[in-house]
Amino acid sequence: MSLPVYATLPEKIWHYTYLSICALIFFFLIAPVVVVIPLSFNAVPFFTFTEEMLTFDPAGYSLKWYRDFFTNLNWQGAVKNSLVIAVFATLISTTLGTVAALGLSRSEMPHKSVIMGILISPMIVPLIISAAGMYFFYSKIGLSSTHLGVILAHAALGTPFVVITVTATLVGFDHSLVRAAATLGASPQRTFFRVIVPLILPGVISGALFAFITSFDEVVVVLFVGSYEQRTIPWQMFSGIREQISPTILAVATLLVAVSILLLTSVELLRRRSERLRGITPH
Amino acid sequence: MSQVLVTADGVPLKTSLARAQRRSKLKAVALVAPLFVFIAVAFFVPIIDMLFRSVENQLVGEVLHRSMPLLQKWDERSGELPEEEVFAALALDFREAKENKSGGRVGRRLNYEKPGFSGLFRKSARGADRMEAPYREAFIALDEKWGDIENWRVIKRESAPYTISYYLAALDMGYADDGGIARNSEDGRIYLKLFWRTLWMSLFITFLCLILAYPISYLLSVLPTAKSNLLIILVLLPFWTSLLVRTTAWIALLQQEGVINDLVVWFGLVDDDNRLAMIHNRTGTIIAMVHILLPFMVLPLYSVMKTIPPSYMRAAKSLGATPFTAFVRVYMPNTVAGIGAGAILVFILAIGYYITPALVGGQSGTLISNFIAFHMQNSLNWGLAAALGAILLGVVLVLYFLYDKIVGIDNMKLG
Repeated sequence: MSLPVYATLPEKIWHYTYLSICALIFFFLIAPVVVVIPLSFNAVPFFTFTEEMLTFDPAGYSLKWYRDFFTNLNWQGAVKNSLVIAVFATLISTTLGTVAALGLSRSEMPHKSVIMGILISPMIVPLIISAAGMYFFYSKIGLSSTHLGVILAHAALGTPFVVITVTATLVGFDHSLVRAAATLGASPQRTFFRVIVPLILPGVISGALFAFITSFDEVVVVLFVGSYEQRTIPWQMFSGIREQISPTILAVATLLVAVSILLLTSVELLRRRSERLRGITPH
Repeated sequence: MSQVLVTADGVPLKTSLARAQRRSKLKAVALVAPLFVFIAVAFFVPIIDMLFRSVENQLVGEVLHRSMPLLQKWDERSGELPEEEVFAALALDFREAKENKSGGRVGRRLNYEKPGFSGLFRKSARGADRMEAPYREAFIALDEKWGDIENWRVIKRESAPYTISYYLAALDMGYADDGGIARNSEDGRIYLKLFWRTLWMSLFITFLCLILAYPISYLLSVLPTAKSNLLIILVLLPFWTSLLVRTTAWIALLQQEGVINDLVVWFGLVDDDNRLAMIHNRTGTIIAMVHILLPFMVLPLYSVMKTIPPSYMRAAKSLGATPFTAFVRVYMPNTVAGIGAGAILVFILAIGYYITPALVGGQSGTLISNFIAFHMQNSLNWGLAAALGAILLGVVLVLYFLYDKIVGIDNMKLG
């Protein structure tokens, strides 16, 4: 977006005002995410910049909150739980979600939109309601305060994302490729693994990443269905903020920002690869 | 002349086709079935179970299983206390309740209807052992509340297996002395106010998100791809960052000794003693939630705006429209689908938000979700929590239905 050479003065003024408004909004979006990074190196247990930090005095900076994170058993247990729960929940939701998406994108599927609406509802129903329902029901069947209970709950919350991303990948899917494989003598299984899977893989992986982050970031259901034994990183952060605020939370936040940059890059690369594979050129 | 077409093995073509279609339909259903069953069991059954809890009311009838059937014969409008046989059965019930310690639970349940029952039931469970006939006099001697017809009306009403009293409480209503339904007194009205506050704040947050998202989505859609890909990272990074990280960041920024207050004091805009209170109140909740939900507005707006050809605006201008008229009359109507999609999505997410208001909301910034959590974990009034949840769920489902009508669930895009 650039100004034409014949732009009048008011047009120029409006143009630059508009750009500065946009810059401010982008600043609002990104500043809170960035500000936790320097604060996590604070030498004193405050949530703000000290004078030493502003003058770049090395004495104002410290790695002690990171040391605390890596040695504290509360946090280490939380990391382990988060990973275990997220990995198993992702496996369940990716498998079930991908298979269901393959069925949903067949033209023969009856009542498609109703079923799609039902399968996506865990994403729409407010978390507090899902959590309340699971709290009662899972304790009835002996699943509350177990890893399995939290995994199943997170798998249910993650499936909509897999269904959405995989069906989106299948929209551009060229079904003549399947017929071509069949005429060349491939069995249905062989066609599935050698033709369909490689083509939808980017969609499956980005769905899996969405499911992973859903579980990794989820706290309401863990608070209700789980207990201290199932504490995850967000659980630990939530109770940390409520009880005693320690900058260790900021160190964890910084590490989580790094994780989200990693995930964002992977999803973006996958999306481009998928578009290339399906012959949709980005414009 | 009417010759039936047959396949190579002699089956009529029509039959063969129908069979093949049925088979492929079954195959499609079989692929969807595992997920459908999983979602039904792990997600829908728990929610239905919770909804059931909002009307379920077996407890009183179960624990007082001897006296309650007899009480049904009592006419609450007669102006007289129940018969002696009811009191006698009640004494037996209390003896049993003392043994399996269920008297306290019934007392707590009835306490929701009328304060005072909790203590009355504890006292009666302890005293029932020593009681002798005539039981009516013994009960009234133990506590004169047993001689109050009003209390008996409450017990009889709540001995029914289903109740609407949780929903009445959730709507700030209750039973009046004459047994009819009436609104609570002015200072007893909490939840309607809270529902209004939740709706009002969600609407305001949605509006702010729209105001902030519109300019940047437009910028992203008109910039060349290389530049817009770079800028969209600024939207996607917060989107992918943990909710708790962003809430923590806002606590660091907004608190009394936080970054923004330090800056404002440093610039001399306010003095050190009057630091701004921007957190643990409504302002904090609104700022943090707008930040968290903004990407959900930008992404649908951006994807709609990208499809609007720039020639529309040029055409309008060449026909004599000022840039402003062209924008309002030509460009904006084309973005309505994106506005609708983003607004409903943000509103649905805002109305059920729990974590952020719980951490930065304080007293004035809490939403209905926080009260549901409070009744689940602290007051243990699960029926009321379920009723509040059911009402919230109803609102969200209506919005979800609208979203489906406007955008179509199939068109939901991510990332």
